[in-house]
Amino acid sequence: MNPIKELNPTFLQSQENKTHLVNYLLGVADNYLILGQRLGELCGHGPNLEPDIALTNISLDLLGQVRSFYQYIAQIKGDKSTEDDIAFLRKERDYKNVLLVEQPNTDFGYVIVRQFFFDVYNKLFLNSLQQSADETLRALAFKGIKEASYHERFSGDWFKRLGDGTAESKERVQQAVNDLWIYTDELFHTTEADNAMIAAGVAPDMLQLREYYYEKVEELLSTATLQIPEVEYFQKGGKQGIHSEHMGRILAEMQYMQRTYPDSKW
Amino acid sequence: MIQDFNISSEIQAILESVMDPEIPVLNVVDLGVIRDVEVKGKEITIKLTPTYSGCPAMDVIGDDLERAFAAYGYTTVVQLIMSPPWTTDWITTRGRAALEKYGIAAPLDETADKDVLLNDKKLVKCTHCGSQNTKLVSQFGSTACKAMFQCDDCLEPFDYFKCLK
Repeated sequence: MNPIKELNPTFLQSQENKTHLVNYLLGVADNYLILGQRLGELCGHGPNLEPDIALTNISLDLLGQVRSFYQYIAQIKGDKSTEDDIAFLRKERDYKNVLLVEQPNTDFGYVIVRQFFFDVYNKLFLNSLQQSADETLRALAFKGIKEASYHERFSGDWFKRLGDGTAESKERVQQAVNDLWIYTDELFHTTEADNAMIAAGVAPDMLQLREYYYEKVEELLSTATLQIPEVEYFQKGGKQGIHSEHMGRILAEMQYMQRTYPDSKW
Repeated sequence: MIQDFNISSEIQAILESVMDPEIPVLNVVDLGVIRDVEVKGKEITIKLTPTYSGCPAMDVIGDDLERAFAAYGYTTVVQLIMSPPWTTDWITTRGRAALEKYGIAAPLDETADKDVLLNDKKLVKCTHCGSQNTKLVSQFGSTACKAMFQCDDCLEPFDYFKCLK
């Protein structure tokens, strides 16, 4: 393991570094917000009580993590914006989450596959983020990885159970794998802000873990007796703010209260 | 072990009067979320660490601390700190006893925890009859910190406080 390089205290005095860090963090945090929101939609709609409670528990963890990230972003920006403004008052193009997390809850198979594809990535990511040059990010990573491991355990378990389950569960989960596979590659794309933060030692270079990610996912696909899809191309765009049609609907539902009653509080 | 914050018994007593809103028999000191207390005259700074990131109890605990100290004429600043992250090891012996009495099985050590949550080993004691003939019903429970169990002897369901390290 490499020794942790501390960030130069003057790093954030540069406006350019600040902007890059904010944009980098949005790319990380928006994944948690949108996936948390998606899972929250399932509250009371799980296939039975236990997964229902589990999925909303995971949603709560993700929303809790995103709060810490948004609070940190608000602190770096140093203007009057709050975590709530960042969560609720941006336009679609300003959200930098990957396309994977905004995909709809088509059925329980899709929910589990989407979750598993994300959890494997998220665990690798938080593991590497523990070596960040930024002290706050290290703390958030230490906290988050405990929860992420638990999530991966849950989604991985169901992934195997559905894949190696009945003829119908297998067919449906295979369909979900085929449909969602095209969104996995984007997890490893980097933006200009990401590259700047990787160079500064703030962000882990996830591209280096891409191969390991696919090994892990493919290993579980095989345990679950599922086929690895063959695709011609992967989808991308979310990290640039170019989202699928589902995104607008999520935001409409999520933002409506703040838009209708600006600055309303619980 | 109860952490020594080097504070008067009055302040300690006020701290211990604040309960976890979701587990009302466990006070915040026994829960292990109070990390540091600094007293300057009538001003108190409390460092609080969350159990789970999204635990909604944290905001309530912060408000409850402020209220409890205000009743004795203190002003309170509550700071949320993330590092080092909370672990179930910080729940005191007294806290563990309070959990068990309330009907929540206290966390086992890390290895045993994995065994019961992943391999269906029978190690968690039923809080109703004390039998170890218990099984995991769900890894997730009514709050982020708990898993659901059932006793195969007395057939009653109960919660298990998951080990977090």
